[in-house]
Amino acid sequence: MIRVLLTFLAALIALPLSAQDTMPPAPYAYNQLDDPALEAQATALMHTLRCLKCQSQSIADSDAPMAGDMRHQVRSRILAGESPAEIRAWLVARYGDYVSYTPTVSASTWPLFAIPVLLILIVAAVLLRRLGRRRADAGDAS
Amino acid sequence: MTDKPPSKNTERMDFWLWKLPLGIWLWAPLALFAFFAGLAGYMLTQDKTEFVESAMIGQSLPDFALKPAFDGLPGAARSDLVGGQPRLLNIWASWCLPCIAEAPQLEALHAQGVEIVGIAIRDRPEDVANFLARHGNPYTRIGADDISEVQLAIGSSGVPETFVIDAAGVIRYQHIGDIRESDIPILLAELEKAR
Repeated sequence: MIRVLLTFLAALIALPLSAQDTMPPAPYAYNQLDDPALEAQATALMHTLRCLKCQSQSIADSDAPMAGDMRHQVRSRILAGESPAEIRAWLVARYGDYVSYTPTVSASTWPLFAIPVLLILIVAAVLLRRLGRRRADAGDAS
Repeated sequence: MTDKPPSKNTERMDFWLWKLPLGIWLWAPLALFAFFAGLAGYMLTQDKTEFVESAMIGQSLPDFALKPAFDGLPGAARSDLVGGQPRLLNIWASWCLPCIAEAPQLEALHAQGVEIVGIAIRDRPEDVANFLARHGNPYTRIGADDISEVQLAIGSSGVPETFVIDAAGVIRYQHIGDIRESDIPILLAELEKAR
């Protein structure tokens, strides 16, 4: 009976383990670029790209194999002379805005940008009205 | 000079916002809170889709050439998916459990005359051979994608995923997750549409 239970337990533990690949990570998944300036560019970009497997982490923060493969893409493309903006555009063309943590203005996101501007305009209008009135009062007083 | 015009205070009281009944100012914060609490509660009951759809549907398949995933079948390149009949491009791995569930359905599609080209993600040749020996081989070719580069290039975010590729090499449809029996008519219809 105990043996059956133990086998069952072992199977429970073994199952999740078997769902991982055993391949070594891509060359640039955990290795930095030799040029510190290029590595800084790559790291900055990786912090603003979303991991597709673990969707609340950036690929810089994630240890998922796919995040490693995405870091390899970023670093090898930077090394090949692509700009961070080009690499982001390449990924957005494949996964949509979802993959980028840097918001862009689009049909669904424009209110995010428009509402603060609108609020500032309203506050400015109210403020100007009040200041104008105070100045008028001061003018009356003199 | 000392008698100020009485207009100042009354004018300030004229401002339309101040004319609203006092009740609104008392209840507005509570109403706002109730709205957000309700919204949060509603969203908690909704299904969350974890899938990220490829933005490459309707686009041409990017160029690639992958070495064979094991020595029993040739590797896969873009040119192998272009021309003739529409094909299925199946992204899978021997270490992926849903891929086992999917295997009989791929066999069924293969039996209906559908050509299936596989791409094995981060996989070892001996594991691929074992998987096919155990669960059947519906593939004509399997390329080895050891660093997920083709997977990333076509906008796939996991295994298994299956793409319909037409004769011109255009990605026409994406199926995310394992293929169930109920998905077979859908895939056959998409293949027919891509003809």
